[in-house]
Amino acid sequence: MSLNDLFTEIILDHYQHPHNHGIIAGATLTSRGFNESCGDDIQISVLVKDGVIADAKFSGAGCSISQASASIMTDLVRGKTVEEARQLAGMFYEMVKGTEGDYGEEMGDAISLQGVSKFPVRVKCATLAWHTLEESFAKTNNGENK
Amino acid sequence: MMRSDVKNDFPIFANWKKKGKPLIYLDSAATTQKPQKVIDALDEYYSRYNANVHRGTYELSQLATDMYEEARTKVARFINAGKSESIVFTRNATESLNLIAYAWGLNNLHKGDEIILSEMEHHSNLVPWHIIARHTGAVLKFIRMSSDYRLDLQSLKDNLGPKTKIVSVVHVSNVLGTINPVKEICRLAHEAGALAMVDGAQSAPHMAVDVRDIDCDFYALSGHKMCGPTGIGALYAKYELLEKMEPFMGGGEMINEVFPTTSNYAKPPYKFEAGTPNIAGAIGLKAAIDYLEKCGMQNIMEHELELGDYAASRLAEVEGIHIFRPRATGTGVLSFTVDSVHPHDISTILDSEGIAIRAGHHCAQPLMRKLQVQSTARASFYLYNDKSDVDALAGALEKGIALFRPRKKANVVE
Repeated sequence: MSLNDLFTEIILDHYQHPHNHGIIAGATLTSRGFNESCGDDIQISVLVKDGVIADAKFSGAGCSISQASASIMTDLVRGKTVEEARQLAGMFYEMVKGTEGDYGEEMGDAISLQGVSKFPVRVKCATLAWHTLEESFAKTNNGENK
Repeated sequence: MMRSDVKNDFPIFANWKKKGKPLIYLDSAATTQKPQKVIDALDEYYSRYNANVHRGTYELSQLATDMYEEARTKVARFINAGKSESIVFTRNATESLNLIAYAWGLNNLHKGDEIILSEMEHHSNLVPWHIIARHTGAVLKFIRMSSDYRLDLQSLKDNLGPKTKIVSVVHVSNVLGTINPVKEICRLAHEAGALAMVDGAQSAPHMAVDVRDIDCDFYALSGHKMCGPTGIGALYAKYELLEKMEPFMGGGEMINEVFPTTSNYAKPPYKFEAGTPNIAGAIGLKAAIDYLEKCGMQNIMEHELELGDYAASRLAEVEGIHIFRPRATGTGVLSFTVDSVHPHDISTILDSEGIAIRAGHHCAQPLMRKLQVQSTARASFYLYNDKSDVDALAGALEKGIALFRPRKKANVVE
């Protein structure tokens, strides 16, 4: 359980040079996620066209894990259907909970967050962006304006 | 001078080992560790004289009642309350503050009346007043904080007026460690015809407090922040105010006579202690006060101030650090941020070295906004900490933040 298992090069790279940072003008949904205990605050904006996520961005502030996770997630879900993004979220939760499995193929850079499973207090940092994305799907017509 | 073997009084330091590393506990502003004497007091109550209080008609119950009431007397003497009937046992300082907000506030505040708080309040001295203001139409005003993290008394004077009904302020900030001039604040409040309440959650554990010298009308403290058990706290109130106040909660123990549709109440403090109280907690709190008094409150305060000053000078050497602490009238509380490393990451870095600090908004979100930060890391010291703990903190911090040194963007084709 070394610090290097948590703060991997890939995570620190996403934290210091986040991908997809910003807000999409004309997003079909925006949502905000907040970790009350530590103050992490993330806004996610997504553009869904014909059931496919055409673009995803995030903004806000938080710790390295929450920010890197949002950066990686927005990379991962682009080009996926809403249903596929949901499945990725489910897989991601299992991975950071420490459930055994083969996550390599689909998880992409998110595999670098596997070490979070050894730091239970940081799991909610890693899942904040995913929960925010999922909740926004549930609140809207799967991300598309009705 | 603090004894150098104080840690030995607290069994957790022998019992908790993380990867063989000793516990360096720097989160006493959140809750303190418990000395063996307090743990023993709880054990003794439950194993030797457990019974309900104030209603038993047998010797065992009388013994439990005597011990519970001795604890009340102890708290009263500890803060120089004058009479023990001025002490109401509660769950914690939060409940003490809520008790006043509800039992006094709901019945004495009207539309347009003004409540003055400060910009450095804990949520426990904000949210109850938000609720009461919504019910009564009263208005909240705030004493400004200066750039040196101290309350600006001129802004209190500017806010005070004929509509001011109560001023409620924190004695020692849980984020900044600032000791506020509560005696002066109470004097100004009284001059304006208002009542004054002091949130003592962070003062009672760390310094000699004299509520009659401060001349506050209400004072709140938490047992678990002063070596006592969780779930026990106290409210001090001037007795004549308690007599005039409506009850907070209804139930057993707080009544005199009950009829099907009406009831009348016991005298204070019992009027405010509905239901079976936290008897063990009160007895544990007495043991905690006995312990603290033996160590000496003046000693404890000087020891913490020394550690706070030492930590501030030691951490000032860390690259990119920002320390939120007043130049004077500080305590053993030290909040800080480090450029490019989020407080939550700092906490994880330190945790890997066995060092426990708090990272977050410290239940003071309005203060965080005022400081223009989302959160801070906070080290808070108590009598069982020493300079080696500060050295460990500084060392681990230096080592850990090296991980976060800005790096070049990856995946760039050379």
